Amino acid sequence: MRAPSPLALRAWGSRLAPRRIAPLSLNLPRLACRTVASYTHPHHASALSVLPTAVDTSSPEYQENNQQMQELLDRMNQLHTKIARGGNDKAREKHIARGKMLPRDRISALVDPGTSFMELSALAGHGVYDGEDVPAGGIITGIGTVEGVNCMIVANDSTVKGGTYFPITVKKHLRAQAIAQENRLPCIYLVDSGGANLPHQADVFPDRDHFGRIFFNQARMSSLGIPQLSVVMGPCTAGGAYVPAMSDETIIVENQGTIFLAGPPLVKAATGEEVSAEDLGGGQLHSSISGVTDYLAVDDAHALVLARRSVANLNYPPTTTPLQLENGKGDSLVVKEPLYDPNELNGIVGTNLRRQIPVHEVIARIVDGSEFAEFKRDYGSTLVTGFACIHGHRVGIVANNGILFSESSLKGAHFIELCAQRRIPLVFLQNISGFMVGADAEKGGIAKNGAKLVTAVACADVPKFTVVFGSSAGAGNYGMCGRAYSPRLLFMWPNAKIGVMGSEQLSAVMEAVGRSADPALKERIDRESEATFSSARLWDDGVIPPSQTRKMLGLGLTAALSGKSEPDVQTRFGVFRM
Amino acid sequence: MTLSSLLRITPRLAPAARRTRAASTVNTSTVKPLDSILIANRGEIALRVGRTAADRGIRVTTLYTDPDSRAQHALSSPFAFNLGSVSAYLDGDRIIEIAKKEGCQAIHPGYGFLSENSAFARKCTEAGLVFIGPPYTAIEDMGDKSRSKEIMTAAGVPCVPGYHGANQDPAFLEEQADKIEYPVLIKAVKGGGGKGMRIASSKSEFQAQLESAKSEAMSSFGDDNVLVEKYITTPRHIEVQVFADKHGNSVALGERDCSIQRRHQKVLEESPAPHLPDVTRKELWDKARAAALAVGYEGAGTVEFIFDNDSGKFYFMEMNTRLQVEHPVTEMVTGQDLVHWQILVAEGAKLPLTQEEVEERISQSGHGIEARIYAENPEQGFIPDSGRLLHVRTPATSDDIRIDAGFVEGDDVSAHYDPMISKLIVRGSNREEALRKLAVALEEYEVAGPVTNIEFLKTICKSPDFIAGEVETGYIEKHRTELFAKKTIEDEVLAQVALACLQRDTISGAHTAGVAGSTIGFTPSYQERQLTLTESTGPGSTEGSTFSVRVQQTADDTFNVEVGGRVFEQVVSKLDPNSHIVTSFFPHTRLDTTVIRDEDTVIAFQRGTQYRLTLPRAKWMEKALGLKDVTNSVLAPMPCKVLRVEVQAGDVVEKDQPLVVIESMKMETVIRSPQRGTIARVVHRQGVSHASFPLARIPDPVIQFFIACLLRIVLYGCIEIVTLLLTLDFAISIIRFMFMANVPCRINVKAGHRWWNSQRQNSYESTLERKINIISMSFDLQKKKKKSRGSPLRICHN
Repeated sequence: MRAPSPLALRAWGSRLAPRRIAPLSLNLPRLACRTVASYTHPHHASALSVLPTAVDTSSPEYQENNQQMQELLDRMNQLHTKIARGGNDKAREKHIARGKMLPRDRISALVDPGTSFMELSALAGHGVYDGEDVPAGGIITGIGTVEGVNCMIVANDSTVKGGTYFPITVKKHLRAQAIAQENRLPCIYLVDSGGANLPHQADVFPDRDHFGRIFFNQARMSSLGIPQLSVVMGPCTAGGAYVPAMSDETIIVENQGTIFLAGPPLVKAATGEEVSAEDLGGGQLHSSISGVTDYLAVDDAHALVLARRSVANLNYPPTTTPLQLENGKGDSLVVKEPLYDPNELNGIVGTNLRRQIPVHEVIARIVDGSEFAEFKRDYGSTLVTGFACIHGHRVGIVANNGILFSESSLKGAHFIELCAQRRIPLVFLQNISGFMVGADAEKGGIAKNGAKLVTAVACADVPKFTVVFGSSAGAGNYGMCGRAYSPRLLFMWPNAKIGVMGSEQLSAVMEAVGRSADPALKERIDRESEATFSSARLWDDGVIPPSQTRKMLGLGLTAALSGKSEPDVQTRFGVFRM
Repeated sequence: MTLSSLLRITPRLAPAARRTRAASTVNTSTVKPLDSILIANRGEIALRVGRTAADRGIRVTTLYTDPDSRAQHALSSPFAFNLGSVSAYLDGDRIIEIAKKEGCQAIHPGYGFLSENSAFARKCTEAGLVFIGPPYTAIEDMGDKSRSKEIMTAAGVPCVPGYHGANQDPAFLEEQADKIEYPVLIKAVKGGGGKGMRIASSKSEFQAQLESAKSEAMSSFGDDNVLVEKYITTPRHIEVQVFADKHGNSVALGERDCSIQRRHQKVLEESPAPHLPDVTRKELWDKARAAALAVGYEGAGTVEFIFDNDSGKFYFMEMNTRLQVEHPVTEMVTGQDLVHWQILVAEGAKLPLTQEEVEERISQSGHGIEARIYAENPEQGFIPDSGRLLHVRTPATSDDIRIDAGFVEGDDVSAHYDPMISKLIVRGSNREEALRKLAVALEEYEVAGPVTNIEFLKTICKSPDFIAGEVETGYIEKHRTELFAKKTIEDEVLAQVALACLQRDTISGAHTAGVAGSTIGFTPSYQERQLTLTESTGPGSTEGSTFSVRVQQTADDTFNVEVGGRVFEQVVSKLDPNSHIVTSFFPHTRLDTTVIRDEDTVIAFQRGTQYRLTLPRAKWMEKALGLKDVTNSVLAPMPCKVLRVEVQAGDVVEKDQPLVVIESMKMETVIRSPQRGTIARVVHRQGVSHASFPLARIPDPVIQFFIACLLRIVLYGCIEIVTLLLTLDFAISIIRFMFMANVPCRINVKAGHRWWNSQRQNSYESTLERKINIISMSFDLQKKKKKSRGSPLRICHN
């Protein structure tokens, strides 16, 4: 598949040309003959970049991998389905009996038909609090399209602990705001929360990245021209009252939403005044007397229609795909799907991380038309770099295909520099157990070369996306744009593991430094390296099925690149230690 | 579909006609060829006449009125002149003036309007214009009922036997009845509405029935004079197309059975008449020719007979001295162009064919049938509808399928004129085949916008008695239960409508980044939505059943649809926004459905059936739009007479205190105060009657309504015009009432400076809701026609 055709053409052309011209130029020296430029058909040119596949779907190895991965995916599906139900049945019934929509239905009613809502970190809070089940962290966040505009939607789930803020809830809310700010996405808060979860107040209230930061972010985003909209569909008490109060526009549902700094019991305790919740901070009061809210809605459905209307009036650039931008109409929107079935990723990858995963096979199932313009293919081949398109967005791909050596680090740094200069977003496909160790490596300056890669990753001011499709260990995590390097979005495959090092190596190191390894330690490290463990603590933005990597990246790129354009930031790199 | 192709007349007609015309020209010295005609008509007939004229190289001048300025007939010719007001098609003097000024040699009156106006025909002749129709004397003779019967009786054409004289002696009347033969109808001379009317089926019961009729006539009309007529139990309407020239020739071009009628107007017309013995048929033709000759007829005419299905006898009814709406049926079975014949006769030529030649052609041509497509609602007593034709798709025309249409998609069916949209004419080698073809053609005929009778026509085409040829004028009434059976809406239709609604909104707004609506990640889809649809049974009727459809998008163009507990999984569906066709591959079948949305109404065409659904409004809308908040005005629930006013301006009233007592439909109703307050003004005093509505006002500091009421002419039995100035919600309640009471009327609503004329309650309400709260409104109660005139003309005098 790769390359032969253009080469053959060129050879053919050069053979033919002199022969044809020969009769006319008999007297001229042969070298003075002007040859004819060969014509290369565009599809031949693009065939140059098409990745071949060597996957044998009937091989026992593939079958075994596929089966193991499928079991894992089924478990993940069950877990997500359970989480998507929200709180317990009793709480849900009570919620519906009040005439309220469930939070996920609210989001469905809010987003445009025919668009996908990209929910983030659905596993948040899973198994984090002993004895307390907090599905999705009690808050649903994600990117959805409202009136053609990509928006960050943050919806409290009042069926989960009354919608109160656990520490993980705060973290998830702040993460959503961070994504909104980076990608300049309007924020829509569907507020239905009882405020801070008091037993956990120490981990919710005081610190920099705690509750107060929500309002700080709202104010800062508003100042940056990122619209903040609130729909009050339930209580907003105390600190929570500032979510609608700090928003640009606020909608409230009458006889349902309330906003007050202190609820009726606290008011009674403080001043002795007896007042109903509706009279203290109901929709009528705030829409006609206090002016805290701007629109009064009859019910949830009405409020969401009003919210959609508000978004339409943001005068915000609608989400567009690159092809729509190019021809201005979007009618010839043809994105080439990968040549190979993305579902084959299950059988290619499997769950055994000790096996090397052929990364070209992974890339071939993620990028448009399986076309990958590989950069420095034969140099430092344990790191694969090159250009491709995902849903029409041009990206630079940096993917692990083994341990990082000095050469691969230098190649990576070089490639990242190219992308930063050209303002091409970067996609990191991470499966790294670390940089090479040993005398030779150290002699070769792996430390400074690795540092070059880390510097390049840290400084590149282009949208970065990371997908962990295997292990993520040690300094490799840094070099491959781990969480600390602020990728716009970071996803993990269900088979992925994250940690300083593998549990076996960790035990070995512990023994080597003279501590007898705790037998439970290895087991604990294994558990803590799981994707679910990571995702529950918001070390990533969600665990995704391998076959949907392309979709997720496509949506992430769309969110990052369309809408309100960023100021033209040119990357300034730090000192590369030479 | 272009208009010209809609109007295409069977091409094989042309050569024959042309040949014969040439032949006749040679033989006659008095022929004066016409090279320019003016068509004093509108709609399909103007186009129909214009087409033949243009084919013959005759220049066509057309006329239009203000509401018709963009109508197809007005656009069909470069020579088009504006007559001005709505009723100006009847302005004969002005039309003659235009014809003279434009150098037209002849005027073709079409049907309706001036076509049977002898004064106009006379004026044309006097002005030196050729009137394409019979001599005015023939129109005069046939226009006068008693005179025409005298002429016919003299010419040996049978008329309905009866005694209409002054001798009221019971014995004498019985003698007359014996002569007429039983059953007979005894009818009060001043009678109407079935009062003072009795049927005597035999001699033995005649006296008893006579007495009963007389006493009822006396009490109802103060006059016990009666007439006695032959009573026809199962009458059929059979008419004969005749043609006569200036040379004393006349031919009968076969008969047409027009028995399928509603509101005394024809719906389906066919030729030859089913189950008619050949002897009777020939006799009908002979009598019709005799009738034409008796009045010195020229040109196209139709002799209408009432046919007694029980006795096999027929009686002369009247003669229509013009080309009729249903003339294409005859054209189909004779292969002739009747408009061309009319022009030939007007030019002074001889008839192109002899009776024998005509009969030979009829014997070879099989069966023709015409269905009239009206903007009307069969389920609401066939009340006419009007409005824009949002979508029109017609069956492909051929030699055997012809469409004479006056409208194309995007045109407005005006409330000012006849609501006939088009005529669909089909020919088959026999009656069964013609009916099958008609049914198929009707299934391919899609019209969205105003309510049409297409569904009703389909039902008749499949009615077993009709297929068996058991026709009679009371067919629709007799088969009411069968023809108006409630139809069920299939789950697939609801699924298709829901998919179309969703996808329509998706196409218009979404930027999907190539992952349209699909589930992403492990979390279940966020694209599950519920759509509610209500069966629309016509304006004003009580709400139909409500269905809810759940649609969940699972991938690009892929949906799971749940309708009434039935789940269709992985339906791949795609809407073409240009053709409005949604094509879906269900697990069990493929469906292509055309779905047209007009405000809250959804019209779907699927597998040859039309479905009308309504999109009910969300619960919150009523409150959000403030529709239910008007409690400050006291309004009568129906047109009424004020019996007593119990309060005066300035009175303080409690909630539920009686304010006004009204009488309506023989019932007294007490109107009570909706709240505590002070009476600001009593708008109507005791005795003020008719349709006065706002009764009293309790002021509200926030809302101030201006209400005035203006009544005009109210004449029973005539056209009634009531103009009112009233509030929004009350206008809606009036519209509701009018439809609930099934009053055949057309309501014109003015909001701002726009008028709506329509019968569609829903569209009124939705339009009104968005407009101002003071509107003006008028009713034209339609005059009920006593008998069919073949002409569908109806003019509303505004």
